[in-house]
Amino acid sequence: MSGDTRIDQRFAALKDEGRAALVTFLTAGDPDYATSLEIVKGLPAAGADVIELGMPFTDPMADGPAIQASSLRALANGQNMIKTLQLVRDFRSGDDATPIVLMGYYNPIYIYGVERFLADAKAAGVDGLIVVDLPPEEDSELCIPALAAGLNFIRLATPTTDDHRLPTVLSNTSGFVYYVSVLGITGTKAPDIASVNQAVARIKRHTPLPVAVGFGVRAAEQAAGIAGGADGVVVGSALVNTILDSLDADAKPGPSTVSAVLDLVAQLAGGVRSVEKPAAE
Amino acid sequence: MNVNAPNSYRVGPDEHGRYGIHGGRFVAETLMPLILELEQAYKDAKADPAFQEEMDSFLEHYVGRPSPLYFAERLTEHLGGAKIYFKRDELNHTGAHKINNVMGQILLARRMGKTRIIAETGAGQHGVATATVCARFGLKCIVYMGDIDVERQKPNVFRMKLLGAEVIPVSSGSHTLKDALNEALRDWVANVEDTFYCIGTVAGPHPYPEMVRDFQCVIGDETKRQMLEREGRLPDSLVAAIGGGSNAMGLFHPFLDDTDVEIYGVEAAGSGVETGAHAASITGGRPGILHGNRTYLLMDDDGQITEAHSISAGLDYPGIGPEHAWLNDIGRVNYISATDQEALDAFELCCQLEGIIPALEPCHALAKVIELAPDKSSDHLMVMNMCGRGDKDIFAVAEHLGVEL
Repeated sequence: MSGDTRIDQRFAALKDEGRAALVTFLTAGDPDYATSLEIVKGLPAAGADVIELGMPFTDPMADGPAIQASSLRALANGQNMIKTLQLVRDFRSGDDATPIVLMGYYNPIYIYGVERFLADAKAAGVDGLIVVDLPPEEDSELCIPALAAGLNFIRLATPTTDDHRLPTVLSNTSGFVYYVSVLGITGTKAPDIASVNQAVARIKRHTPLPVAVGFGVRAAEQAAGIAGGADGVVVGSALVNTILDSLDADAKPGPSTVSAVLDLVAQLAGGVRSVEKPAAE
Repeated sequence: MNVNAPNSYRVGPDEHGRYGIHGGRFVAETLMPLILELEQAYKDAKADPAFQEEMDSFLEHYVGRPSPLYFAERLTEHLGGAKIYFKRDELNHTGAHKINNVMGQILLARRMGKTRIIAETGAGQHGVATATVCARFGLKCIVYMGDIDVERQKPNVFRMKLLGAEVIPVSSGSHTLKDALNEALRDWVANVEDTFYCIGTVAGPHPYPEMVRDFQCVIGDETKRQMLEREGRLPDSLVAAIGGGSNAMGLFHPFLDDTDVEIYGVEAAGSGVETGAHAASITGGRPGILHGNRTYLLMDDDGQITEAHSISAGLDYPGIGPEHAWLNDIGRVNYISATDQEALDAFELCCQLEGIIPALEPCHALAKVIELAPDKSSDHLMVMNMCGRGDKDIFAVAEHLGVEL
């Protein structure tokens, strides 16, 4: 497989601790590079265990209005792939333990060049990739080369991924499985905890990988509910919306932008950490 | 000829939905089971004679096929070269070729037991066709349309509403066709059980490019038959306009293996490809991934999709169907482009000489007919696809002519 990445190490350590991971999603460069870097640097202390960074794209077809808007804010302020990798390097200079996953769509990677992207991402300190529009049917494009380059390739499983489909989705998946808890786009609906836990249990019957759950998680209580069954809780739109709410009339970051995001992360981390799980034997 | 020419140009796509490097299934996992289900359902329908019979019957009695192959005598005289024929797909019910494909997809949706139809539209022609066929079969219809296009195409918005469709203005991204497509995909992801996504062109994830092509091939099949009846031989050249490229693919595909037939696909050059304000994905773009397929796209150096520009809302899309991308790469089809101004000049000429008010989309093809025909001999048979009528465009044309309606 892809060896021991920071993702593998982090999930193993949390299993020993007996708790789930808080996985935070933010778009790289939202609302601008400097603010984004300051937020990302503050995430581990606020309680984030895994950092997902969105690579902005003009046409994020699986994302809801909040993340679409965050992508456009970042792009409007000059974010591009080179700067996203720079942001990872800048973060890594102060933190060599927290896993970083880049998440986005294939076209910006394809245009950057797959080989060049994998080499630069690995060198910058990226641990894993989530590329929304690359299903297993397109594994030869990026997934196989990414695994060979020592990066995790994290796949989304959804409520439409039945037991027949699941093995296909899980093949070549590494790091963790990202379970999309509701049908639909990011940030729209709240997940039903009982059915989420059922789905997580179903996935776990097929794989030893950790399962993180996302889509629609916005409050500490929900995060705690999901942390009971899953190995990780992903929060994205709620954080991105917090950035939006903190901007001034000219869409510039306000004095509270960084602290508002980190405060919410701390609350969510409190929710996740309130649930004790049986530690690994 | 190309030394690497395949035995047949008509066998694609491969089992991965690829045409050379183009095509594929670049969609979120949520959609994969649906796309695989659709692929199987389409395969089954294609093999079922009853499906083809039902399709043929509706094409004849509801759509009004076959459409005439018309000798454009006065235009031919005026240009003084090739003998020019129009394939009159603007005479179809709803006034464009779009309904050929919609009829096929809706009959398929019915077979699959889907009750809710979603579609994207730019100019509104595909939206009107979808709303029309949904009304005919009593199906719920939701059409996504960029809010800028909703404003530009008020008559078509009203038509869709009269036909019982819900038109949802899209205010995300650049507020036009590509964003309407994104929004339709988002709807589909959220409503996988009962919803069928009726894509309007030969693009999107496999099997859409193949399926839409097959439904549009009636254009080329008829043309072949009609030309053999009229002239006793095949045409020497074909010309069609390309946005996503469904009318062009429908005309071209049945002729791809008749390698003596020259084929021209005409993209929209807007203000001119060199100005950057255009919709010519092959001429001015590069291969990339958007909306489920790899194909030529308009984008910046960071892989961010840029906006297309054309006077014709139907060609105003930053991509092109993947099979066209492949036909370009292997050199079977010549992809050229016509500017807004050339299309407007062709529009006026066609009105005056032939008594046909053409849609702005085929005016791009006509503009290149005007350029190509004079250099051909008088026994050269040239067919242009008159894929839509121009009633919807009279406001845009009036504005460009400085006329107030």
